Amino acid sequence: MNPSGHYGWGLPAAASSYAHRIDGSLNLLHGVMLLIFFLWGIYLVWCLIRYRRKEGVAAVYSHDTPFSSYIPDVVMLLFEVWLIFMIGIPIWAHIREDLPKPGKSIQVRLVAEQFSWLFHYPGPDGKFGKANSALMHSNNPLGLDENDPDSKDDILSVNELYLPLGQPVLLEMSSKDVVHSFFVPEFRTKQDIVPGMKIPMWFEPTATGKFEIGCAQLCGTGHYRMRGDVIVQSPQEFEEWIQKQTKKGS
Amino acid sequence: MEPNNHSENFAQKWVFSKDHKVIGLQYMFTSFSFLLFGFSLVLLMRWQLAYPGNPIPWIGSFLPKSIAVGGIMHPAAYNSLGAMHGTIMIFLGIVPLGVGAFGNYFLPLQIGARDMAFPTLNMFSYWVYFLGGLLMFFSFFLPGGAAQSGWTSYVPLSIISPGQTVWLIAMTFLITSSLLGSINFIVTTVNLRAPGLTWSRLPLFVWAQFITALLLLFAFPVLQAGAVLQLLDRIAGTSFYIPTGLIVGGAPLDRSGGGSALLWQHLFWFLAHPEVYVLLLPAMGIVSEILANGTRKPIFGYKEIAGSFCFIGILSFMVWAHHMFVSGMKTSLSYLFMTTTMIISVPSVAILTCFLLSLKGASIRFTLPMLFALTFLPMFGIGGLTGLPLGFTPTDVYLHDTYYVIGHFHYVVVTGSMIALMGGIYYWFPKMFGRKMNEFWGKVHFWGTILTMNGIFFPMFIQGLSGVQRRLYDPTVQSHNLAVQPTNVFMSYCALGLLIFQIPFIVNFFRSIFKGEKTEENPWHATTLEWACPSPPLPHKNFESAPTVYRGPYEYSVPGHSTDYIPQNVP
Repeated sequence: MNPSGHYGWGLPAAASSYAHRIDGSLNLLHGVMLLIFFLWGIYLVWCLIRYRRKEGVAAVYSHDTPFSSYIPDVVMLLFEVWLIFMIGIPIWAHIREDLPKPGKSIQVRLVAEQFSWLFHYPGPDGKFGKANSALMHSNNPLGLDENDPDSKDDILSVNELYLPLGQPVLLEMSSKDVVHSFFVPEFRTKQDIVPGMKIPMWFEPTATGKFEIGCAQLCGTGHYRMRGDVIVQSPQEFEEWIQKQTKKGS
Repeated sequence: MEPNNHSENFAQKWVFSKDHKVIGLQYMFTSFSFLLFGFSLVLLMRWQLAYPGNPIPWIGSFLPKSIAVGGIMHPAAYNSLGAMHGTIMIFLGIVPLGVGAFGNYFLPLQIGARDMAFPTLNMFSYWVYFLGGLLMFFSFFLPGGAAQSGWTSYVPLSIISPGQTVWLIAMTFLITSSLLGSINFIVTTVNLRAPGLTWSRLPLFVWAQFITALLLLFAFPVLQAGAVLQLLDRIAGTSFYIPTGLIVGGAPLDRSGGGSALLWQHLFWFLAHPEVYVLLLPAMGIVSEILANGTRKPIFGYKEIAGSFCFIGILSFMVWAHHMFVSGMKTSLSYLFMTTTMIISVPSVAILTCFLLSLKGASIRFTLPMLFALTFLPMFGIGGLTGLPLGFTPTDVYLHDTYYVIGHFHYVVVTGSMIALMGGIYYWFPKMFGRKMNEFWGKVHFWGTILTMNGIFFPMFIQGLSGVQRRLYDPTVQSHNLAVQPTNVFMSYCALGLLIFQIPFIVNFFRSIFKGEKTEENPWHATTLEWACPSPPLPHKNFESAPTVYRGPYEYSVPGHSTDYIPQNVP
């Protein structure tokens, strides 16, 4: 069962605006790792053959540590400093700190609970209704205050995050009970959702289709089945979905 | 301490002994049992991962209902087995073997001491460890079962899950034991070195144990405090880690709240990262000893290696939050921890480089211990290198909490540390029992073990890159895990193979204690002080006469000398 064709051996398809930058880092690092491993490995094997015990040949007695033996350490240090400052911090700052402006993005609140994802949309008025944990019950899992006019057109979608193509999304995430983690492999994005904290995260899908959400942090006996889908549609289809949901609600 | 002339009865000699060698052996046999137990837990999990929802063949019908019903494991049991596998392997298996067994037995011998500085405290720390271990073990049979929130015990899940109270109490026992032990190791190393054994003549194994003891001393109290707070949250209704307004299972949690869930993660990882080096440093110490002996030359860069041990020790206290890059911690903190994490790889590279350069110009003997020590190099290399993309935030965001992480730390701890510890067993067996282990069965054990270990752990990287998360009871529920599911079947059979290849080791070990080929005092022609006493060393006394040290630890192949080694105690 792999209808989307996104998944296979190796990295899943890349489908967010910053996914290719993360893939670039993954490829770079794995290239460097393979290079180091093979250099080490070839040297090791060569030593094992060249310096195996031979009758009448004694080992070389030496306590010297020539300056050249520090070259690998220095090269490693320089490479890592370059990596951190030229690649690591810029990408990480982009992912964590370049949160999209409210007017130019879709805003969704994500409330995680054992073992489902509750996506709360503000509806056509663009305003989230007040929510209060004291009002939460099975028919009102978000605890929306029905007396608040802003809450009238709010939309709740369980385990399905509908998004339009071409806009970044700003997720404001919170958890009702334990630590969960929002993970969409194709978007190369992952963020823990810690109870007691409101944690923002953003991404911009670059393809329409269905993308799987998994929970990446052990959250109890149902952790393995805490899954969902991101459904990315064209802006028109998304608008129709919003209209349909609003009607259903009112 | 007055010489022990009076005869001891069985209990004084083998059970409540104050002799560091007997205590070392007690640690060794206890940790062997826990390693085997912790490993069998994972075999049950591996069946579930390979064939989710299928009854476990044969063994399934013997399992208690709390683990499997009709042979089919249930999710809570899977989580329990996972949490307990991690806890047991780390705190009851590898650390007691590397520090408790090898440290206790060989640190006093290598510094030419008659015993640890505090023999009674030494006995006490073993028994506290033993009690903690028993408690961990029996938690499976208590109502509520064993802990099921991972070895990391993240709050608030751990606070609301059954089994955690016993885990926390058992952990306080284990931590207390380690603290007492670490003080003993530090005082012994500082005060009881033989005349002439200066710091720059210490064997690297002693350096490694000394730094490890400092790590335990400074890191464990933090977890101790953290665990007590979590225990209070569970049994006294406090809210140190519980934020306001939690709704669990649809009902509000009856707590005042105001606590912080991230606080636990900081306290836990403040211990648990240095802990990784507690697992690793003794292994590196053992590899240094075996390499110098098997290459017949002084180890390359003695000062660089000892310095790197110290540097790792200091730096390991400044990297803990790299486990928390996606935890919601402030972004600027992750810049700092990414930098320190990258820097800590430099001393590890330095140590590996020194080990490799030690081979240059050598006369390599491919003895059994040497096979293990040589295998440590590429295997630890893989473990270390795969740490890079995990310490680097842009790649960690994808790989965090996937099987890539599991692969990384198993390469470090199992194919790294555990392989080195096995090498240590073959190397020091003649000293402990005066006999040698069988070479042929040792080689069967060696090849079987490294092949199956790689068969288990390498596919974890493939799974991780495909996005398979860790701690999933049934990975096939999520479609992104399906493509690589066949690797799970392969890994499970490798795990079974690994178990089978331990049988020759176990039989060889116990048979050799009684029937192995008898050896002389110094069968490997080694230089350090433990080889200057009889095999096994004299009870409570070790050496016939107190040794004096005249030279560095690895004086092999000195030109113009009649033998290719000069022991440290030879004038």
